[in-house]
Amino acid sequence: MENRTIERFARIVGRDNVLSSPEDLAAYSYDGTFFEGVPELVVLPQTTEQTAEIVKVAAAGRIPVIARGMGSGLAAGSIPIPGGGVVVCFTRMNRILEIDVENSAARVQAGVVTSALQGEVEKLGLFYPPDPSSIRHSTIGGNIACNAGGPRCLKYGVTSNYVLGLTAVLADGRILKTGGKPIKDVTGYNLTALFASSEGTLGLITEALLRLVARPRYVRTALVEFDSLANASRSVNAILEEGIVPASLELMDQTAIACIEEAMHLGLRTDVEASLIVETDGSDEQTVVREIEAASRICRAAGARSARVAWDEAERTGLWAARRSISPSLARKAPNKLGEDITVPRGAIPEVVERLKAISSKYGLPIVIFGHAGDGNLHPNILFDKRKPEEYEKVEQMVREIFTAALELGGTLSGEHGVGVLKRPYLEQALGPVSVDVQRSIKHSLDPMNILNPGKIFEIKD
Amino acid sequence: MNIVKPAESEYQNCMRCGLCLAVCPTYREYLNETASPRGRVALARKGLEGQLALSPNLIEQMYGCFDCMACNDICPVGIRPADLALSMRHFDEQIHPEKWKQWLFGGLIAHARRMELATLPLRLYERLGIRRLVYMLGLNRLLPGRIRDLEAMLPRIPQRPLRRILPRVTKAYGEERYRVGFFLGCAQSLLFASQSAAALRVLARNGCTVITPKEVKCCGMPARSYGRMDLVKEQARHNIKVFDGLNVDFIITDCATCGSTLKQYGSFLADDSEWAERADRFRIKVRDISEFLDEIPLRKPAGRIDDKVTYHDPCHLRRGQNVWKQPRKLLSLINGLEFVELPEADWCCGSAGSQLITHYDASRKVLDRKLDNVEKTKAHILASGCPGCQMQLTTGLKRRGLSVRVVHPVTLLDESYGGANGK
Repeated sequence: MENRTIERFARIVGRDNVLSSPEDLAAYSYDGTFFEGVPELVVLPQTTEQTAEIVKVAAAGRIPVIARGMGSGLAAGSIPIPGGGVVVCFTRMNRILEIDVENSAARVQAGVVTSALQGEVEKLGLFYPPDPSSIRHSTIGGNIACNAGGPRCLKYGVTSNYVLGLTAVLADGRILKTGGKPIKDVTGYNLTALFASSEGTLGLITEALLRLVARPRYVRTALVEFDSLANASRSVNAILEEGIVPASLELMDQTAIACIEEAMHLGLRTDVEASLIVETDGSDEQTVVREIEAASRICRAAGARSARVAWDEAERTGLWAARRSISPSLARKAPNKLGEDITVPRGAIPEVVERLKAISSKYGLPIVIFGHAGDGNLHPNILFDKRKPEEYEKVEQMVREIFTAALELGGTLSGEHGVGVLKRPYLEQALGPVSVDVQRSIKHSLDPMNILNPGKIFEIKD
Repeated sequence: MNIVKPAESEYQNCMRCGLCLAVCPTYREYLNETASPRGRVALARKGLEGQLALSPNLIEQMYGCFDCMACNDICPVGIRPADLALSMRHFDEQIHPEKWKQWLFGGLIAHARRMELATLPLRLYERLGIRRLVYMLGLNRLLPGRIRDLEAMLPRIPQRPLRRILPRVTKAYGEERYRVGFFLGCAQSLLFASQSAAALRVLARNGCTVITPKEVKCCGMPARSYGRMDLVKEQARHNIKVFDGLNVDFIITDCATCGSTLKQYGSFLADDSEWAERADRFRIKVRDISEFLDEIPLRKPAGRIDDKVTYHDPCHLRRGQNVWKQPRKLLSLINGLEFVELPEADWCCGSAGSQLITHYDASRKVLDRKLDNVEKTKAHILASGCPGCQMQLTTGLKRRGLSVRVVHPVTLLDESYGGANGK
């Protein structure tokens, strides 16, 4: 990038907030996947106004603008491809601007770390439910841009269900404000929902107004162990059919359990074929206890070897820390992994689990299965070695078959990671040509020069 | 010469999940990926695999790590980013050796006697009353901020290094139950003599005959921080030889950094066929003093300290040695002493060896976070068993005008036993 242009960015955000050394650029060339693309410059704004000025400079030079938070994304959504452009990193916009107890709302800058927000609102008896596994190393802005989920979505819903309004910088540098504190709002199109899950392709989210709920006062968590993966996946529906809505209902298979046990030494049994983590919560202790006991009973009736409620808060926290570590800890088993994020109607969970097993044995590469079984969102992870070309070829075919299985069962490609680069080739198969065409039109009308995170969600057309 | 390179296993399997960003003190202050463990691992890998030049700036990122090891602990894959940063310093030092390091770590720090001579001006500064004069006349305020901080960081310097005063053998008071060696660290001897003297009394009171060999060299941590593994190994072999001759059951130290380094002698010398086994036998005898005191039946102290204490976990103790319950337990033995847990007690204080000088701004930012937490506890005593942490914390507290006493937990135990006059 020309020095003159770098200077213009530096005048907006200050010299300390512009990174241009080869080392800095390399550090901003990746996210939570194995994809890479080196930016030409990194700028770290501190206000919405600075962000608007940055985009204006970029637009004048037709420079791609890639929004980024803490870089924990799993779809390569914040990586500059095909290389170049300016990464706008929001980690230094990390102020909680307001917590409005009366209206149960919080106004935050995009770079606030999700768990930091949760900690602050919980002090006031409030609750921000979305809990992606990356709560401690991802930002609200990124969560909204990818419409992040997490275990608690089963009961509480996903990130976009908690976004009341947004401030975003558009491709021409104008500042858009959507929504507001009222819960009900049908004045015009729902732009808030449009920007949530737009992955930085329609605008740069700089601030968010979030909906909070009352903090559940009681929580119980059980670990249920199964000798058969099929029985575990059937138990998921058995619990829900009884009318119990746990906060979370997580499935993990033997390999997943073995990996976290190796990493964290929690004393989990590694000879079981699958485990469920079931969590109930609420404001009435008796109900919470009754529900966790009922869930345990249902699991036992469905063939669980054991069901045990966590002894204390430390054990509960340990279980969740373990659950959050599954994905990265798989690196203990193979040099590379490709984590998918398919979602099916939850009735189809036992079926999709069987199909995944079949795909795995057909190609001879392990697929580790874990995820938010209660809401139908699974993370099959293919383990492989990228250095072996024949394995990588197989992986590509397996991914295609996994997606096909999900679509055939009435599901979709991604529940919470987003499309990014990784799922781009399958977009039309999942959505059909009309839907893709409508989405492209929206993109084109908001970003005619295609400077906002180009190459994400859609392929770049010449 | 055979250049030792970080092994592929030290970086290859990083999944870039980003969990380490949540616990890294330098990332938390700068919110910049380049200052994060994941960033350092990526840079090391790209440097080693030839995608990036091994530029001074790349190596500087390795020196930007405070080696608090929080990332080592949290990594679900088992990568140790903090260790990798040290391996990279070592790697670079072999390619671009710097003369001053040989002089400083090989020539000066390694030799207790030379260090004592070199620090003589500091002792005179204290002893001749110049320091008091400087403060009385307010001359310290004329110093630029960074120098003023360094001046303030100096504890009240003992008149003579403890190494020169301490007898080689301290007999157990009463019946001898253990025969232990004491590794007297440089900082303890030169700057915190009274604390180690107190530590020895506590050991003796609890049935230990303590042998303190005077001919030990520096544990090796400073040389390790600057990539001179050759010197570390030389010092390790020397220290192992010294203690091998003593016939002791345990080797005890009251310095968190020395302890964590001594415990690694086994791995430092693992591929040295002549020394590996000796180093391993040495390593398993090493105990931090709080760890040792927790393992033996202790005499209940008779005295009281009616005050409020909190405790800061030194990184080299909490993560370097997995010792964190023991010092808290020791404090709880003292009558009258109210213990209050420090929020984020195991978060680095920013001292990080010499980073407090070389990375002054980062160090100060990390320290400020720690001090905010100390203030929240409203404690009047801040216990911590590491001379580096103690100096850093003392400076910070002084700068904020807080009167909180920073002290080794075992010193408090000694006081409750009656100190030098107690029985």
